[in-house]
Amino acid sequence: MENAKGKVVSVNESLVGVENTKGSVMNGEVAYIIIEGGKRLKSEVIDVKPGKLVYLQVFEDTSWMRVGDEVEFTGLPLSVKLGPGILGTVTDGLQNPLYELAKEEWFLERGMVVDSLDIETKWYFTPKVKKGDKVTGSSVLGTVPEKLFTHKIFVPFSLQGEYTVDTIADEGEYTIADTIATVKDEAGKSIELTMAFDWPVKQPMPFHQRSVPTETLPTGMRILDALFPIAYGGTACSPGPFGAGKTVLQHSIAKHSRADVVIIAACGERAGEAVEVFKDFPELIDPRTGKSLMDRTYIVGNTSSMPVAAREASVYMATAVGEYYRKQGLDVLILADSTSRWAQALRETSGRKEEIPGPEAFPMYISTLISAFYDRAGVELLPDGTKSSLSIIGTVSPAGGNFDEPVTQATLLSTGAFLGLSRELSDARKYPAIDRIDSSSKYPSLITADEVQFLKEILREGKTIASNLLLMGERGITNEAYINYQKSELLDAVFLQQNSFHPIDGVTNPDRLRMMFDMIKHIIDTPVHIDTKDDIRSHFNFLRQAFLDWNYLKLDDPKFEDQKAKIINLVKQKTHAKENV
Amino acid sequence: MLRKTYENIDSIGRAIITIEAKDVHNKELAEVIYPNGKKAFAQVIALNGNKVTLQLFGGGFGVSTNCKVRFLGHPVQVGFSDDMLGRVYAGNGTPIDGGPELTSDMTRVAGPSINPVKRLIPKNMIRTGVPMIDVFNTLVRSQKIPIFARAGEPYNRLLANVATQTDADVIIIGGVGLKYDEYHYFKERIEEAGSKSKTIMFIHTHRDSIVEGLMVPDLALAVGERFALQGKNVFVLLSDMTQWSDYLRQVANAQDQIPANQGYPGDLYSQLASRYEKAADIEGSGSLTILGVTTMDDVTHPVPDNTGYITEGQFFMKDGYLELFGSLSRLKQQVNDKTRDDHRGIMNAMARLLSEAEERVKAQKFGSVKDDYSLRLLDYRKTFQRELMDPFRYLELEDALDLCWDILSNHFKKEEAGLASDLVEKYWPEKGKFKILKAEYA
Repeated sequence: MENAKGKVVSVNESLVGVENTKGSVMNGEVAYIIIEGGKRLKSEVIDVKPGKLVYLQVFEDTSWMRVGDEVEFTGLPLSVKLGPGILGTVTDGLQNPLYELAKEEWFLERGMVVDSLDIETKWYFTPKVKKGDKVTGSSVLGTVPEKLFTHKIFVPFSLQGEYTVDTIADEGEYTIADTIATVKDEAGKSIELTMAFDWPVKQPMPFHQRSVPTETLPTGMRILDALFPIAYGGTACSPGPFGAGKTVLQHSIAKHSRADVVIIAACGERAGEAVEVFKDFPELIDPRTGKSLMDRTYIVGNTSSMPVAAREASVYMATAVGEYYRKQGLDVLILADSTSRWAQALRETSGRKEEIPGPEAFPMYISTLISAFYDRAGVELLPDGTKSSLSIIGTVSPAGGNFDEPVTQATLLSTGAFLGLSRELSDARKYPAIDRIDSSSKYPSLITADEVQFLKEILREGKTIASNLLLMGERGITNEAYINYQKSELLDAVFLQQNSFHPIDGVTNPDRLRMMFDMIKHIIDTPVHIDTKDDIRSHFNFLRQAFLDWNYLKLDDPKFEDQKAKIINLVKQKTHAKENV
Repeated sequence: MLRKTYENIDSIGRAIITIEAKDVHNKELAEVIYPNGKKAFAQVIALNGNKVTLQLFGGGFGVSTNCKVRFLGHPVQVGFSDDMLGRVYAGNGTPIDGGPELTSDMTRVAGPSINPVKRLIPKNMIRTGVPMIDVFNTLVRSQKIPIFARAGEPYNRLLANVATQTDADVIIIGGVGLKYDEYHYFKERIEEAGSKSKTIMFIHTHRDSIVEGLMVPDLALAVGERFALQGKNVFVLLSDMTQWSDYLRQVANAQDQIPANQGYPGDLYSQLASRYEKAADIEGSGSLTILGVTTMDDVTHPVPDNTGYITEGQFFMKDGYLELFGSLSRLKQQVNDKTRDDHRGIMNAMARLLSEAEERVKAQKFGSVKDDYSLRLLDYRKTFQRELMDPFRYLELEDALDLCWDILSNHFKKEEAGLASDLVEKYWPEKGKFKILKAEYA
């Protein structure tokens, strides 16, 4: 069947009205608008109206478009190319590799065409099926090594029913453009397969068998791993005003989390931040693999000055790639920064379509889209028994830092952990500025549930005493209360606060977390006998300094045990102060 | 080529007209020709069948239904050449200093953004001589950072100071919604500082139409970008982006757009971002740094709020002082470990103590501050404000760092400063022997 055609009838920024002149159109299919006699602007059908009127959202700048410009529909939904070669690359929201584009133009000019995946790289293919084998969508044809992993080459997920392998390539080097197998369907029709295939980004990849997130995903950040953990296959959101540390938090998780693959979706955010990641990561060695951090990373960058309509695509692009690597049997983590920009892009388009607006002019359906997006995270049990997962952490940038707005609220309903960032804490330089009282997580922590409860109670009590202190001064409260307040402050300063820029303090592994928790619990549990507020403050100052020094030492540093003994000694001194007198 | 002239204007609004026309391009530039022969520019902003919507650079007042519209066959452009240095232009790109018009080397305005892989990680500090900037929130080449301040604060003075005190190759001033005396002030300051020959001004004052005001940042940035691509380090000053956002709101409203927050259009974030993101340190080329002004009463207002999510920090000015809290340079970590070995340490120590002091200020109101340590903190806060927060005190970074040590030693014991022992050893002044701090304050 020949593809549909049309002509532009209206242009309003990224929303273009098209008269469908030939063939039929599908909601969600990709179309190209041909301007200036040859530049092809990619766009997507988002509405079909009476009178053969079709609305497109254009992924590029619509300057110089004219009424009457030709439109070619493709009949295919917006897709991502899946195959070996994704890891370690940086693409825009439509999977155009940025380094390849830069070879042609310094600026992101419109209508440039490059291959999504490198078609010249040779991959060493090892077949896993033989002629006559029965296969179906997602059967494994063979494998190639990709960076740190063995990459499975699948029968495209879209093939349904039973197929028989007719030919299969011998072990050897192939590009993703080479045919590596032909299969025949039940009617005997032959289909050629390569190592890559397309998948519609907005369609969730079906789970083979879905399970629930039950295992902590260690991030190296103490406040997360102990108090507000995230889980393999779980979801989390971190809303916060600007300047509260969302970006540093995301970068730290991207560097240190124990996921196999990390996908960063920089959606409508500063270009400079994405640049820091893709210029720094190749130089950083992941201590767990001994390889470059970039080897496990894929970056989708639709930054704030790139065309707005492609923001939505960038989020879905990242998710589809994440689902694909989950099918590979890996634990994948997506960091989406920021889902608010995506929501704003939807608001812009919705406004141009003159839809009746919901709260704060966001479209009514925003909450449904957000929930459906987070639902693509999850734990999957694969046919070979492997357990794999896709976790999503989304940042939210609420207007005015006020969490009572539609995007934050919809996100809170859809995610399992809430890491609320607070300006008050970041002003006080208490990083990570995650609210210690209001944040929450339903996932299991690296410490026991009772221990989590213990920490939370200390923090709550500390907060109450702090407000009394403000009102009544040091003299207005008992020594006992003052000691409890100092304990809670100490817990905050040496355990919850963490210096992301410090090579040792910046990441805490689970064993060390346990050791630190035991120490802080020991300090809190041990009764303190000191008579004056000045002495109490000074005692805890010394303890804090000793503990921080300990935090900055490597585990295998000869001074590590000495420093630990020093802390224990400090604690001991003041326990027996009374007896000594 | 002779271009067709249309005479059938349908509707005239405050800044917008619609007309029936054919073969018109989106974003094409047009001329509105008045019955008396006067001409004004307009730009196509939407097309619907034969109905063309244009934004009027000169505003809608005085436009009549017997005006003619001629489409010019090119988008909005601005001249670009070294001859522009020292010149002053209006928001429609024409000179207002009496000099000749530029017609050659036209360059596109509001072009696409640079490919992120062509950006460098910013690594070069810009020395401004302002202690609150150099020590606490270091400015970095290619940074985009606004001053947040109430209207009436001396932000334009700071803007002009910073631009002229640095080693920028080219300064471009984009004035949006300036009072005439502010424009005059910029002109004078630039001349006094001897920077005129490296400065270009694009000026929109309150008597000009808002559409011209809307154009100013695009013209300034387009020209700035070209200089940067030639290897120059360019400083673009934009004052005031809150008024610019207000013009955007007016034009969106005139187009019947559905407002998002406080009447601002839903794309305010994207609109601001596409301008600020022009700031870049370009691989194998120069750089573009943007220093803006965002006037505000409340940081949660949509303009400062959206700006804060876009820019790489902000300088917060209040009561004539540059505040420590509320100011932020997101790029300072990239450079402040390469200046002097005590820079980061003393910056953190000073900030931590000031934050402790701020708590005491709150508590003081309840009469609960009586102990010696708290009283010293309050004294420290006063000294800090007097010595460091004045945006017009010029100090080299090294002197400013020495001053910090003087202040610390004046108010605290060594162990209270919470600094690494080796730094204290190296920099802590002997009792009363200050390098910078005047003895009378000791």
